[in-house]
Amino acid sequence: MFFNSLLTNFAALEVGQHLYWQIGNIRLHGQVFLTSWILLGALLVFISLGTKKMQNDPKGLQNLLEFLWDYIRDLARTQIGEKVYRDWMPFIGTLFLFVFVSNWGGALIPWRLIKLPSGELGAPTADINTTIALALLVSLSYFYAGLSNKGWRYFEYYVHPTPIMLPFKILEDFTKPLSLSFRLFGNILADELVVGVLVFLVPLILPIPVMFLGLFTSAIQALIFATLAAYYIGEAVEEHH
Amino acid sequence: MLAFNFFGATEGGLFDINATLPLMAIQVVALTYILNSLFFKPVGNVVEKREKFVSNNIIEAKNKLSEVKKLEADLLTQLQSARAEAQRIVSEAENESDKLYKEALELANNEANASKEKARLEIESQTSAARDQLSKQADDLSELIVNRLILEK
Repeated sequence: MFFNSLLTNFAALEVGQHLYWQIGNIRLHGQVFLTSWILLGALLVFISLGTKKMQNDPKGLQNLLEFLWDYIRDLARTQIGEKVYRDWMPFIGTLFLFVFVSNWGGALIPWRLIKLPSGELGAPTADINTTIALALLVSLSYFYAGLSNKGWRYFEYYVHPTPIMLPFKILEDFTKPLSLSFRLFGNILADELVVGVLVFLVPLILPIPVMFLGLFTSAIQALIFATLAAYYIGEAVEEHH
Repeated sequence: MLAFNFFGATEGGLFDINATLPLMAIQVVALTYILNSLFFKPVGNVVEKREKFVSNNIIEAKNKLSEVKKLEADLLTQLQSARAEAQRIVSEAENESDKLYKEALELANNEANASKEKARLEIESQTSAARDQLSKQADDLSELIVNRLILEK
């Protein structure tokens, strides 16, 4: 069958193959953890270097980190609101940094040069487990934010402005994590696949514009994920009048 | 093989969800705490300290500016009142000198009139005296003429 043979050829891309780690009777996708540890390690080293000698008159890396901090604060403040954005800024910022570093790390570092016994290294956000984990954390966060800020009055949100909204609002609680996780997963995986296929077919020059497009989508996806997470939290803590 | 694995087979596949999910969630939560203490808190402290410093300075400068404006307005009113005072003194002095001038003029006029009157009276008395003397002398002369005419006859 032609379709099957085509896919077998593309299996050089190793779609859906994983490096399994077996601990007791739980199984993990090892490649996801390997890349995430490398990238997060690099991020933490970068941040430690930048915050080592903090001055009132910023120089070098401190400037960049302050810019980043300011960017995240603006994002959190506009979406969550002046009152509680401080509590959620580290979470929103971590989501942004994690997704951004994962996406760009996956796109910029030639992971395929490193051979694994099974599967291949790539952006941690191209694995559905990672994106569902992030999306569920966002869901838990906005429930927690709503309940801790407004108590049981949080559930007024479900019948606001009219009780007709109740089924839709309940449905939203399921569609929010679903759309969050699948948007990120789909975009990053699609980017990796497109670049992979193009490199496989035409190894020279042609993949480069697509790679730039991939970098662009990667950054946009990080921003979208963080903005939506902040928006959901803001929606949960918002006071209805 | 790939087509088989594509949608969530027991082994492998794109939608193979397993313990990676909760462990990744725990890893992200841990990362949140690490980044909070390594990045968000220290950078936030520095940035907010600086923002406070800047806004305090701006407030201070604004206060100083309003103080300067108040002082300026104060000085302006002082200047205006001083000008008005000066104006008042000048006009008072002018009035005073006018009055003095008028008084002096009147006094001089009176004096002049008085001396004129006195001179006139004196002239008048002298004239009448001279006239009296003249008429007396004319009388004498006429008597003499008469006597001489009478004697020659």
